[in-house]
Amino acid sequence: MSVHRLPWRDPARVATLEDALARRILVIDGAMGTMIQGWELGEADYRGSRFADGCDATHAHAHGQGCAHDLKGNNDLLLLTRPDIIAAVHTAYLEAGADLIETNTFNATSISQADYHLEHLVYELNREGARLARACCDAAEAKTPHQPRFAIGVLGPTSRTASISPDVNDPGFRNTSFDALRATYREATEGLIDGGADTLMVETIFDTLNAKAALFAIEEVFDARGQRLPIMISGTITDRSGRTLSGQTAEAFHASLAHARPLSVGLNCALGAKDLREHVETLARVAACAVSAHPNAGLPNAFGGYDETPGEMAATLAEFAEAGLLNLVGGCCGTTPAHIAAIAAAVSGCRPRALPASAFERAA
Amino acid sequence: MSTPPRRMRLSGLEPLVVTPELNFINVGERTNVTGSAQFRKMIKEERYEDAIEVARQQVENGAQILDVNMDEGLIDSEKAMARFLNLIASEPDIARIPVMVDSSKWSVIEAGLKCLQGKGVVNSISLKEGEAAFVEHARKVLRYGAAAVVMAFDEQGQADTCARKVEICARAYRILVDEVGFPPEDIIFDPNIFAIATGIEEHDNYAVDFIEATRIIKATLPHCHVSGGVSNVSFAFRGNEPVRAAIHSVFLLHAIAAGMDFGIVNAGALPIVDDLDAELREHVEDIVLNRRPDATERLLAIADRYRAGRESAPDTRDEAWRALPVSKRLAHALVHGIDAFVDDDTEEARLEAVRPLDVIEGPLMDGMNVVGDLFGAGKMFLPQVVKSARVMKKAVAWLLPYIEAEKARTGDAGKSNGKIVMATVKGDVHDIGKNIVGVVLRCNNFDVVDLGVMVPAQKILDVAREEKADMIGLSGLITPSLDEMSHVAREMQRQDFHVPLLIGGATTSRAHTALRIEPHYKAPTVWVKDASRAVGVAQSLISKDLVEAFMAKIRAEYAEIRERHRDRSGAKKLVSLDKARAQRFDGGWTDYIPPVPRRPGLCVLDDVALSELVPFIDWTPFFNAWELAGRFPAILDDAIVGVQASELYRDARAMLERIVAERWLRASGVFGLWRAAAVGDDVEVRDPAANGAAPLATLHFLRQQVDKPIERPDFCLADFIAPAASGREDWIGAFAVTAGIGIDAHVARFEREHDDYSSIMLKALADRLAEAFAEYLHRRVRREYWGYAPDEALDNEALIDEKYLGIRPAPGYPACPDHTEKGTLFRLLDATANAGISITESFAMLPTAAVSGWYFSHPRSQYFVLGRVTREQVADYAKRKGWSLAEAERWLAPNLDYDPE
Repeated sequence: MSVHRLPWRDPARVATLEDALARRILVIDGAMGTMIQGWELGEADYRGSRFADGCDATHAHAHGQGCAHDLKGNNDLLLLTRPDIIAAVHTAYLEAGADLIETNTFNATSISQADYHLEHLVYELNREGARLARACCDAAEAKTPHQPRFAIGVLGPTSRTASISPDVNDPGFRNTSFDALRATYREATEGLIDGGADTLMVETIFDTLNAKAALFAIEEVFDARGQRLPIMISGTITDRSGRTLSGQTAEAFHASLAHARPLSVGLNCALGAKDLREHVETLARVAACAVSAHPNAGLPNAFGGYDETPGEMAATLAEFAEAGLLNLVGGCCGTTPAHIAAIAAAVSGCRPRALPASAFERAA
Repeated sequence: MSTPPRRMRLSGLEPLVVTPELNFINVGERTNVTGSAQFRKMIKEERYEDAIEVARQQVENGAQILDVNMDEGLIDSEKAMARFLNLIASEPDIARIPVMVDSSKWSVIEAGLKCLQGKGVVNSISLKEGEAAFVEHARKVLRYGAAAVVMAFDEQGQADTCARKVEICARAYRILVDEVGFPPEDIIFDPNIFAIATGIEEHDNYAVDFIEATRIIKATLPHCHVSGGVSNVSFAFRGNEPVRAAIHSVFLLHAIAAGMDFGIVNAGALPIVDDLDAELREHVEDIVLNRRPDATERLLAIADRYRAGRESAPDTRDEAWRALPVSKRLAHALVHGIDAFVDDDTEEARLEAVRPLDVIEGPLMDGMNVVGDLFGAGKMFLPQVVKSARVMKKAVAWLLPYIEAEKARTGDAGKSNGKIVMATVKGDVHDIGKNIVGVVLRCNNFDVVDLGVMVPAQKILDVAREEKADMIGLSGLITPSLDEMSHVAREMQRQDFHVPLLIGGATTSRAHTALRIEPHYKAPTVWVKDASRAVGVAQSLISKDLVEAFMAKIRAEYAEIRERHRDRSGAKKLVSLDKARAQRFDGGWTDYIPPVPRRPGLCVLDDVALSELVPFIDWTPFFNAWELAGRFPAILDDAIVGVQASELYRDARAMLERIVAERWLRASGVFGLWRAAAVGDDVEVRDPAANGAAPLATLHFLRQQVDKPIERPDFCLADFIAPAASGREDWIGAFAVTAGIGIDAHVARFEREHDDYSSIMLKALADRLAEAFAEYLHRRVRREYWGYAPDEALDNEALIDEKYLGIRPAPGYPACPDHTEKGTLFRLLDATANAGISITESFAMLPTAAVSGWYFSHPRSQYFVLGRVTREQVADYAKRKGWSLAEAERWLAPNLDYDPE
């Protein structure tokens, strides 16, 4: 097809990624939050020196009292206040064998940062998140030059849903809109690209309309820049009903987003690998691009923790790989570098899912 | 892994992959304010809950994609689109299918796309505003993740010919695929379906153009799809749903074979082509495929024979609904027409409500809206609607005293859709159809003031003034009523009325209304085909927003009819009266000796046992009276209306038993057999006893003037009587029977009980009994009284098929359309004294359940349709009748081949 599409921002890196995808199953990192929990950080860690006085020292005028709000739990903020910890987690995953690591920008959208009155940090968080991840990749590549590493710029789902009413009495009500989401994603995308992300991943999608707004914003940014990045998409089947939170089946989910001509489509979070299998299989059947899975370490236990051991999880995912369902695999909540190492080892001998002949032609 | 085939993959909550195996994707169209008055009303009144139900019905009835259109001047379309899509997003049973965002405004399309998590379809984009806008819109559609309907429309306009359709679609395809990068499998071309058989020659090939363009588009533009609004094609047959459905079926058969794979159609209502009557199918294929120049004329000629009928959902006899909350129970009772619990439920609802009126405006109206929508959508049938109305009426009757008390206290009154004054016009007594329309309008919250039958023009107008009516409805069944209606219209104009005038009834027609009524009255004048149309028409007329567009359409239609009527060059020429008379039917009088009656003279049959008549009932017209189409008994097993027909039949049988056992009705009749001789086109009737005396009466008949081959006669009923000159002695008979004596008391009783269903049922059954009486009597006359067929042994089916010898044509009907001859018939029979039947000044019979006619015994006598007659014959007839030409023209108006001065 002679359609004019925008050039890649970094054609060489995209070629390297596509080449690697064609050869083997690539490994994505595991949970960031789980790892951060291990550091048992306090409010002071989250604030660092910049937010120590109860407000953003660099934005004193713009944000008076707002930042007096508790910041503990705002993991994305650690990019600015404890980048050492985030870098350590990235590095741990890279050392465990991950080919791709995800930026620590899951909540770096104006909608999610509004909970901390830190909307003004969105661009900065994303840029720093991408910069840091890329720097860690560069360091890893320097150590193991034969293994290219990639920074995935993460766009999270936000805390709102464009197609579900939060008000049981008014099913037509929405507390956000396509355009509001589009604006917030646009800002985040700018930061991720400026920070040097290799790909963009719209992930943990529980409302497909949110994701459509994200993809729309991404395309707008590409248009403005005259360049583009490969797009990755990962949805979330919230429970054993086999549907996203907004009610779609995996196949409907795929149909809704395929117009973005992504590099990969997959599923992450919510379920353990076992429960995710049939839906990954669905995607493997219908998708014209690569297929990814990065499940949780099983279902949460009574304490909200995850019990699946690296060995158990790797065994399950190895079967996915043997069945030819996967091009990319990793972990989500509850997974650790140990899980990723086990998974990487388990799938290393498996051939990747054969990509439909036209996959890259379409992605390209 | 091999490359998966390129497939359009749409989604709601669930995927819709368009594979060739699906054959045809059916797009639900009722959630479209431009296509459904009910839906429009809901949106305008922000009754979104009802609107959601419409969407749900669509899905339940098999829509694979839901078309949503909010294009209406007074609706904030962007807001309504977003609101509705957000609401249905919360209904998993609706949201499971993809949405087609339908608007002519780009901003509305965008507003819709922003609410769809699934992959929907945009309807539509086109090259209408040039390439730049087209490319921009296509890019946006792609970015929002939707497929697109692309109209065959460019800067020059809409494509009508095959070549233009293909040219525009090919150009659009290349731009979309090569320039925009639009996936070809996500393109749905709409190459424009236009109306055929409009009477305009250039339109004749439109269906062929579409089908051929579809074939070329599918063959040359890979992976794309073809769609269209199928109902457009049959637009010329508005009002004749069976013929329209037949056209749709035939059109789709060919269009789908050519590659059409999407369509906005009511697929559930389409007949299977193979099930179509062979003659209808052939005629329809002729127009669809443009196979012969006279195809339209030929289809028009038979179209009226295929009357309307609809399908029903079997109602569950499950009693579980009794456990529902009271508002749901009321709705259930309404929708299913169950009146057993209505008083108790209404009382319970009243006690729960703040005001008694709330019960009506809440649960009752909700239920009736569902009924109205189902009926409007062709999913419910007239008998069910009438039963639902009965439940409504009873509930309202229960509430009325409380409402009055409330009103007295607060001065608050309920709101109605509008007030209509209805009447059967002067001289006419038929009211089943009018009553049904009244019921249906009341169901839809219209105030109906029913003036009954035989209502003079002035009374109608006076009441309309007094009541401040919003519109007037006139009904009539016999042909003289047509003239009376045009008189009422003229009077309305003269007396400076401005309210809309609705015209309905069996002999009325769109053409008659266009030619003879509408020109006399400046305010909206609309013909209403049947009860199912009444609500839509009334709502359109009452709505300030709708009336203009609606009337513009109607007026254009009527103007076109008048235009076509003026230009009748295409119609078949009639032959001169001399030529027609020369080609008369030859009774073979030299060899044939007419039979002499065994019992000549008058014979009165008083109080015939109804049980004798029941076996002679022809049930098919009974179902037609309830707007259920089909032949009895096959109709009981009909795939579409069978369930409803069976239920109606059960109810009818049950009532018939009581009618017979409890002697609700009395059947009386009289007939006479006299000497007769044809003199030209007249027949002289003589007293059988007084040989040679002056005739008792002279009957006047009319002759066909159709240009026929020499071996086929131009008939006149007088041809079946031996001419005076033949020397043969011949006979003629006449009869008048009724089965309606005593009906009024029972009708009044039902009306007191708010039971229109039973009241209409009783009238319809009385009509059937009268017809059965006529059949029964004719048989006895053939076998006993005249006795020319003593050994005849035909069963009822054979009787219905008119397999007997001799005929019994009725004055006012096709072979002898002049109603005034009924005056002679009644005088000969002294029918009022002998059978208790009277006639009005328009020669309608009372009781209405009555039949009269002539008897002819000639073995080759047959029923025929007179058709049109020339001024020459009208003048001749006037002379024979002792009328002025104008008088003759008035009585023969429906048969004139010319416009009288």
